[in-house]
Amino acid sequence: MPLPVEYSEYKWRCRRGMLELDILLNSYLDKNYKTMTREQGTAFDEILDYPDQVLLDLLMGNMQSSDQSVNMIVKRIREAVTS
Amino acid sequence: MDIPRRQFDSLIIGAGGGGLRAALQLSNADASVAVVSKVFPTRSHTVAAQGGMNAALANVLPDNWHWHMFDTVKGSDYLGDQDAIEYMCRAAPKAVYELEHFGVPFSRLDNGRIYQRPFGGQSQNFGGDQAARTCAAADRTGHAILHSLYQQNIRAKTHFFDEYFAVDLLKDDEGYVLGALAFNIHNGEPVLIEAKTTLLATGGAGQIFRTTTNALINTGDGMAMALRAGVPLMDMEFFQFHPTGIAGRGMLITEGARGEGGYLVNADGERLMERYAPKAKDLASRDVVSRSIAIEVREGRGCGPNKDHVMLKLDHLGEDVIQKRLPGIRQTCITFLGIDPAEAPIPIFPTLHYTMGGIPTNRFGQVVVPVKDTPEEPVPGLYAAGECACVSVHGANRLGGNSLLDILVFGRAAANHIIDYLKENHHHRAMNDSSLESAVARMQRWDNNGSGDGETISDLRNELKTVMEEHCSVFRNDEVLGEGVTKVEQLVERFKNARISDHSDVFNTARVEALELENMMGVALATIESAYARKESRGAHSRTDYTERDDKNWMRHSLYSFEAGVDYKPVRTKPMSVDSFPPKARVY
Ligand SMILES: Cc1cc2nc3c(=O)[nH]c(=O)nc-3n(C[C@H](O)[C@H](O)[C@H](O)COP(=O)(O)OP(=O)(O)OC[C@H]3O[C@@H](n4cnc5c(N)ncnc54)[C@H](O)[C@@H]3O)c2cc1C
Repeated sequence: MPLPVEYSEYKWRCRRGMLELDILLNSYLDKNYKTMTREQGTAFDEILDYPDQVLLDLLMGNMQSSDQSVNMIVKRIREAVTS
Repeated sequence: MDIPRRQFDSLIIGAGGGGLRAALQLSNADASVAVVSKVFPTRSHTVAAQGGMNAALANVLPDNWHWHMFDTVKGSDYLGDQDAIEYMCRAAPKAVYELEHFGVPFSRLDNGRIYQRPFGGQSQNFGGDQAARTCAAADRTGHAILHSLYQQNIRAKTHFFDEYFAVDLLKDDEGYVLGALAFNIHNGEPVLIEAKTTLLATGGAGQIFRTTTNALINTGDGMAMALRAGVPLMDMEFFQFHPTGIAGRGMLITEGARGEGGYLVNADGERLMERYAPKAKDLASRDVVSRSIAIEVREGRGCGPNKDHVMLKLDHLGEDVIQKRLPGIRQTCITFLGIDPAEAPIPIFPTLHYTMGGIPTNRFGQVVVPVKDTPEEPVPGLYAAGECACVSVHGANRLGGNSLLDILVFGRAAANHIIDYLKENHHHRAMNDSSLESAVARMQRWDNNGSGDGETISDLRNELKTVMEEHCSVFRNDEVLGEGVTKVEQLVERFKNARISDHSDVFNTARVEALELENMMGVALATIESAYARKESRGAHSRTDYTERDDKNWMRHSLYSFEAGVDYKPVRTKPMSVDSFPPKARVY
């Protein structure tokens, strides 16, 4: 099944107001786009709509989502930045 | 090309704190306002400001606006314009109360008043004891300001062009600015926005350096648009390096960490700032701390296998204080370094943080240019505010917490001037075809550049950032800068042969990046040419071959234009109502 959003749109939406988010989101996208499952693509699409500060809180571990697919994608993004 | 046209009283390019504050003032005055932003407004870079905003409220320690003014003039290394500085420091308390009214949840003291933390360069009584002047909404002040202003603008019916990229200003033969050409990033469709006044609020240009705290969007677009419209850029050699960036990565560790009691140590475990700034120590002004770190490293006292950084110690503060007062910093270190600052020190090196120079304005936000013998003639219809502007309140060195203040005070001041301008200028002027044609050509260049070999945008961008870092960093001299000028000029030449391979219309990031790189090239040239020309050390511009400040020859603003190269104009040393602060040695 195709991803909900094309690479170019993901790429644009990974541009944020904070360097930390730019680095986290872009390294995840660039390392994983080709192998992303539809479920991961949908969760990524969803979190890209979050406000910067919420996204930062999630990715920095200050906050947890009640949605497990969001927590999974957060975990993968954190792994991508240090791998 | 048939381009859809939209007309507004006022166009604002940029939806950070500066742009949104201006837009709100204008919408509330019933002007029709369009705000164009390349990213969704609340993703503007203002969202990243953690530390806070200065105002002499005297809630924690005695304070008044005049002391704040003294600190700002001194911090600027006497290059700031004292009329603008007086205006800003007097307006600061009101700016904070206004934000409170707009819904910003400032942190509180137990007595219910707004909490204020000490920041570098703040003093009581004109250079006496440390002051506490920075108001904060926990460590998310910028986020709170941006969201509150955005909500207020929605309520006031400001029209937003979200995710539109502004390409160029449009100007007629008499020099009036008529609006701008922009395009929708979603589908590539252009729009011509005609306006009686245009305000540039496009933020800083930190991306021209490799190691920076700035997000990818800070490419100096508005500054380059002004340059192309014939407006010289002012004081571009003055870029602030934040002393405490995470070494090698750029991310900011806010001054708040030192405000709360953190300090820097070298490889010998020595508390290095005690030597360079015996009184203020780790809270000395940013340029002083940045240089001290660079000296430690240069003289072989750096930490790590490559001896290329120093350490910031926070662990003595205890986990509770760190978690309560500096939670963001803790998480940044854990996420990007795998280090918990409650247990181990953080590797630190100066990182490029803030653009002091920019589009020259007066304290009403009007863009001013030299015309014949007048150094400051307003460009009709053109305004600038925020980090892209140079009013100049920061001079050669900005104090922490003064930028959020700057964007709000001068965003509002510009809007007030625009309101008066609109009362006298009821009609849109006729569009200028040649100006429009050249803007369209700049945009279309990337659609038409066909196939064939050429330079790639990413290679050129990386090279530019590296050249700027190697040739225009914390320490500078004639040889290094001269080579840098040549290298940037070569890159500008090579850029003419740049190609992109993606010609689609939908979310074409390649085209945006190409346009941004063109902007970065112009801004980089202005920066390194101005730095090469200034043969003294002042504030953030520190030269190893001219180590002293030279007020006799150099207490003046630089102006760089494509047409005339580097020129100068006097500093406004006369404040609005008080006595001027004459230049003195800057000791902390
Ligand atoms: C990490 C960090 C922390 C900071 N902390 C503090 C602090 O604690 N206190 C303080 O006083 N200052 C701080 N600063 C500085 C301060 O945040 C900025 O100087 C300030 O927010 C700039 O605001 P602005 O409104 O001028 O621009 P920005 O907030 O940068 O907004 C620029 C706007 O212009 C738009 N734009 C740009 N180019 C185009 C184009 N071509 N077309 C369309 N739109 C365009 C963008 O989309 C954006 O909306 C910090 C800076 C950084 C990097």
